Amino acid sequence: MSVDQATVRRIAHLARIAVPESEVAKLQGELNAILGFVEQLNEVDVAGVEPMTSVVPMTMKMRQDVVTDGGIAARVTANAPAADDSYFLVPKVVE
Amino acid sequence: MTDLTRLTLTEARALLKARKLSSKDLTEAFLSAMAAARTLNAYVLETPDKARAMAAASDARLAKGEGGPLEGIPLGIKDLFCTEGTRTTASSRILGGFVPQYESTVTSQLWRDGAVMLGKLNNDEFAMGSSNETSAFGPVKSPWKSRGSNADLVPGGSSGGSSAAVAADLCLGATATDTGGSIRQPAAFTATVGIKPTYGRCSRWGIVAFASSLDQAGPIAKTVADCAALLTSMSGHDPKDTTSADIAVPDFEKAVGRSVKGMKIGIPKEYRVDGMSAEIGALWEKGAAWLKEAGCELVDVSLPHTKYALPAYYIVAPAEASSNLARYDGVRYGLRVPGKDIVDLYEKTRAEGFGREVRRRIMIGTYVLSAGYYDAYYLRAQKIRTLIKRDFEQVYASGVDAILTPATPSAAFGIGEKGSADPVEMYLNDIFTVTVNMAGLPGIAVPGGLDGQGLPLGLQLIGRPFDEETLFSLGGVIEKAAGSFQPQRWW
Repeated sequence: MSVDQATVRRIAHLARIAVPESEVAKLQGELNAILGFVEQLNEVDVAGVEPMTSVVPMTMKMRQDVVTDGGIAARVTANAPAADDSYFLVPKVVE
Repeated sequence: MTDLTRLTLTEARALLKARKLSSKDLTEAFLSAMAAARTLNAYVLETPDKARAMAAASDARLAKGEGGPLEGIPLGIKDLFCTEGTRTTASSRILGGFVPQYESTVTSQLWRDGAVMLGKLNNDEFAMGSSNETSAFGPVKSPWKSRGSNADLVPGGSSGGSSAAVAADLCLGATATDTGGSIRQPAAFTATVGIKPTYGRCSRWGIVAFASSLDQAGPIAKTVADCAALLTSMSGHDPKDTTSADIAVPDFEKAVGRSVKGMKIGIPKEYRVDGMSAEIGALWEKGAAWLKEAGCELVDVSLPHTKYALPAYYIVAPAEASSNLARYDGVRYGLRVPGKDIVDLYEKTRAEGFGREVRRRIMIGTYVLSAGYYDAYYLRAQKIRTLIKRDFEQVYASGVDAILTPATPSAAFGIGEKGSADPVEMYLNDIFTVTVNMAGLPGIAVPGGLDGQGLPLGLQLIGRPFDEETLFSLGGVIEKAAGSFQPQRWW
């Protein structure tokens, strides 16, 4: 399978990465090189094979349903590019 | 006084404990060496104040006859490990000014055991790369050079700052991470020792995530015993990481020097790939001969799905990365580029914050997980992963204790030499190491010798799940037979 330029633009938008028009063709070539490389996986017979879900078998551990952390809003927002009064600030999203 | 930076970790530890050396003097020696080696670009942040304070605290504990197993030992920390109050960037512009408010579990255990932090080490951006050239801080120069050439070589990647710093005597050991070979390949390129433990051995909590089902932390150090000492401190169950294994951590150092007599070593025929250099083939045979001399039995084994590991990895790893890196949105931390609305803000921030390789991998991951393609790519890759793991299980079920392979298909290459036209050219570096991550197994890279150009080549040993001890025993045998190798200081 390979991607066309419209698909490159669509993936870029899905991934929330702005791609200037001048870069679309180059990116298309790179993505198709990778997709061409993984094509060989189609040679493998995977009928009846379970997809891997956990690389090391382990039982999911249960934990107490209790509050273990919190009350550190200032530290949570310490690295925010824009914060005010323990809130993250974003451009207006609701009119 | 001799050059303190040339000591191994275990030698320094003995001197510190005997009070023949202070952590202060040792730390100062490394801080001076770091300042004199800035051209290598191994450290992206030096933390001399912190190092001096930690060394003083260590000396105080040692004076009282106290102290942990790594008391006073200066280490470098890959910039993928969150360090409380110390900038952590994953070598990405998108985390340019990020100062963690918490400490990764692995580093907190190193500090608990007395280690001293010298600074943060360069790496490929978000650990995506095999040459340390994708770092936002620029490439790391290997301390190694080809005989008769002045060209700068790569130290491997993604843990290129770690491998270069250890090889250049800029720390006694370093933390590293390995998603597809990022500990073992740089170790092989620099004649250092690196181990990726079994998935679940080290907590991933507080390590910047790349591909969560593959990522594991581990050490790079000068010797097998040094690596064993570091891994003992780094390992252990952590309730904050649900994939961290709740099993006892042995004293790995005790496994170094243990007899390997009667061990069965598998030699997988699928690792004899087209285009592999004759020197790598010869080294592999030498490694097998050393183990045989030590009393091991060599057996030919087959891992039939080996060639599919790398293509399957380039579906699974980008898929997980695209999901993990969705968090970099310009809102909660890191870089923010203003936009006309929230989507524009996301898209501009991520376009400017991520480098070319990271953007490419996020897009591949987004594509293989997108509606209509999930089954054809992601699900198929996860099924193939089951088959890769089954190959190893069958070999181990036949009584094989460990598998011996070359660590890399070639020695280190020049900066700017690979992958500029076709990204797959760079990916092929991990052909021998990536199978191990896909199967969650432990793997160690040990120096085996130098090639005709005078560049290091490494051997890899792959073990059973949670049997790192066997790898340390066998690695010790190879180290003893091969000797150790240091670069000429040109910096």
